Amino acid sequence: MTVPAIELIGISKSFGPVQANKDIAIRVERGTIHGIIGENGAGKSTLMSILYGFYKADAGEVFISGQKTEIPDSQAAIAAGIGMVFQHFKLVENFTVLENVVLGAEDGRLLRPSLAKARRELKALADDYGLNVDPDAVIETIGVGQQQRVEILKALYRQADILILDEPTGVLTPAEADQLFRILGRLRDEGKTIILITHKLREIMEITDSVSVMRRGQMIATVKTADTTPTELAELMVGRKVLLRVDKTPARPGDPVLEIEGLSVTDSAGVARLNDVSLTLRKGEILGLAGVAGNGQSELLEVLGGMREGRGTVRLNGKPLALSGPDADGQARRAAGIGHVPEDRQREGLVMPYSAWENSIFGYHRDSRWQNGPLMDNASITANAREQMERFDVRPPDPTLAARNFSGGNQQKIVVAREIDQGPDLLLIGQPTRGVDIGAIEFIHQQIIALRDQGKAILLVSVELDEILSLSDRVAVMFDGKIMGEGPADSATQSGLGGLMAGLAGDDTQAMANWTLSADATRQVGTPSVEKIEAQLAEKHADASKEV
Amino acid sequence: MDFTTALQILDSTVRLSTPLLLACLAGLFSERSGIFDIGLEGKMLMAAFISAAFAFTTGSVWLGMLAAIVASMALSALHGLASITFRGNQLISGVAINFLAAGLTVLIAQNWFGLGGRTPSLETGARFESLTLPLADSLAGVPVLGPIYAELISGHTLPVYFAFACVPATWWVLYRTRFGLRLRAVGENPAAVDTAGVSVIGMRYAAVAICGLLCGIAGAYLATALQAGFIKDMTAGRGYIALAALIFAKWRPWYALVSCLLFGFLQAVALRYQNIELGPITLPGQFMDALPYILTVVILAGFVGRAIPPRAGGEPYVKER
Repeated sequence: MTVPAIELIGISKSFGPVQANKDIAIRVERGTIHGIIGENGAGKSTLMSILYGFYKADAGEVFISGQKTEIPDSQAAIAAGIGMVFQHFKLVENFTVLENVVLGAEDGRLLRPSLAKARRELKALADDYGLNVDPDAVIETIGVGQQQRVEILKALYRQADILILDEPTGVLTPAEADQLFRILGRLRDEGKTIILITHKLREIMEITDSVSVMRRGQMIATVKTADTTPTELAELMVGRKVLLRVDKTPARPGDPVLEIEGLSVTDSAGVARLNDVSLTLRKGEILGLAGVAGNGQSELLEVLGGMREGRGTVRLNGKPLALSGPDADGQARRAAGIGHVPEDRQREGLVMPYSAWENSIFGYHRDSRWQNGPLMDNASITANAREQMERFDVRPPDPTLAARNFSGGNQQKIVVAREIDQGPDLLLIGQPTRGVDIGAIEFIHQQIIALRDQGKAILLVSVELDEILSLSDRVAVMFDGKIMGEGPADSATQSGLGGLMAGLAGDDTQAMANWTLSADATRQVGTPSVEKIEAQLAEKHADASKEV
Repeated sequence: MDFTTALQILDSTVRLSTPLLLACLAGLFSERSGIFDIGLEGKMLMAAFISAAFAFTTGSVWLGMLAAIVASMALSALHGLASITFRGNQLISGVAINFLAAGLTVLIAQNWFGLGGRTPSLETGARFESLTLPLADSLAGVPVLGPIYAELISGHTLPVYFAFACVPATWWVLYRTRFGLRLRAVGENPAAVDTAGVSVIGMRYAAVAICGLLCGIAGAYLATALQAGFIKDMTAGRGYIALAALIFAKWRPWYALVSCLLFGFLQAVALRYQNIELGPITLPGQFMDALPYILTVVILAGFVGRAIPPRAGGEPYVKER
């Protein structure tokens, strides 16, 4: 048997009472792509942070290429040939690409020779692996896909043999993710060892050679990817059987509930965030809004939820909604029958230090049900919250616990329960499963579909294209504050939507049956290249940065 | 206003700008590393007193300067300990240092010299003398350029030349050395520096130490060059004006030179004229004193470009959980 690139034995790490890693053992073979999969809080990132010297393990041993290695800090990890691409990039935003690459790996006290050498090496790395980035571009002016490539270049410039990537595709479009996987494949073929941390089963199946599953701080299993299935992995992750596909019957759309005509929003800096958006949403259907974050989806939800002012016409059940002035607030929207699960649950959906029962009525707290003369009827609110929590499988079902003490998935269930229980005609739901475990995702999806089957309308915004495709009946794609196209979810394809998310309608997009494409979407022959998509998005990114 | 008066005001501008410039560059190093330092005033004051006391006692201006630097760096170390190691609030630590210095200097001065909180006047040898640059006397006769060279450029004390030399030196360190790259990075995104294998704490302590060094020289200049001896509260808000100049300069060395000269000029004008007659309006001298702050507010309000501070400024670095 060959000597593994990495071998960890008996790694344990606690944060106070929480045991994040418990007696972990793992072997990663040289020249392979090894996936580590697990739910949020399973301990994947902690384990990798220990390997990168960011945290110190309480117990255990690390062997790099068969040598027992102590990794007290990141410097030691770099010296041992380990490079890490964090989920949140560690880049200096107002430095150039070159300066970021050189930082901490300078050759001497003077900068110029280091920069000149790095420029040459970057050119060579770009040629070898297809990692093209303009070395003189300032980080804040380039798109996230390119920023990620800078992170990879940083690691390679430091002679990394082992590359750890933490949730690398969370911020990428499908085409960018494919490009990343091609680069990773090339790195593997050159003999590099790659560890890919993710919670997306599709990525594991697509690119890894072997995969380790973590659950609640423990290593459950390590298997060859070829010998396993997504269903098996999901079961190992959650510890029970899960439905990966959303089970739903075809939609039976009824009368229009929400009619949006010519809706525009301009932010405080004068930048148009929504530009003449028109959409119709009917009873008993789920409309998914797809797009790269920051292209107007959030603003649309905020205007409809009464959190932001806009211009244009919006009708709910035929009655126009106030888009500005005193009646354009969340209170009025809820009274009109719009439920809203905001994108950022911790900032907009919950008051974190408040208890679950208090959180269970926010937005509806003026409802006469909860009043007892001039006072709040706390006993009945608590009783209601307890019953609600049991029904929505919030764990633990203790209404007196503060919202911040629940896990992400359970926090989301509290918000979803509150909004769904009011029986809204229209439910706005943003990123319903961001940072939510597979088990809870399944549950939340079921609740959304049950609401649809009661004849309610649902507007879904998500950066997860898989979620949009599996949950929606119809899909609309946004780019640069405009709707680029809409059509049935059945005929939508990943690649077709991917181009449209950058405003490009290539062959894949035009092949999607029964889709209406906007005149703003640029028609082109063939499939749009990653470079073209990135250029489109970076241009948009530059616009967005002006707001700051 | 004739040529001689203008020259005198400019000459005074140079002398008054020097402590501002040193303190401003001190603040630049500290704040570029992400450590806000409102305690420039206190460090300068302490250094001014210690330099005068040691220069008087030993008779050597250089020993006074050395002691001042040690004292100022000790206060810097205190600020570093509170805000880097113990991750305390940087503003509170800075304010504490200002109060500490204001009280301690007078208390110790009274105890040592019994002159009501000041030091005795310093004799020759215990203070910096003006330097005459080569050919200053012989060129003084040349029209216009001669007096400018002889009066404005020549005839200042050593710390003045040092302060002005610090500007290109700071620029070079910041933009042409490894240390400068890391310093700028640590004030923008310490996590990037940490994951690159460089010690955030080490970088920040180094920056704070340089800040202490420069403040020490600034304080010693006040007591042993600009004036001959220490008097109570002799910094008179210069530390705050230096901070204002730093914002005005958008944390850049050459801009710092310009803003410190501007603020020094305002001080020189206020010093020379009690009131300024502008046709029907008479501006009181106090207006000149207030002008640096007013200009800073204008800058902060975004009227003249934008002053974007280092992004990680004021935040203690904690590894994310």
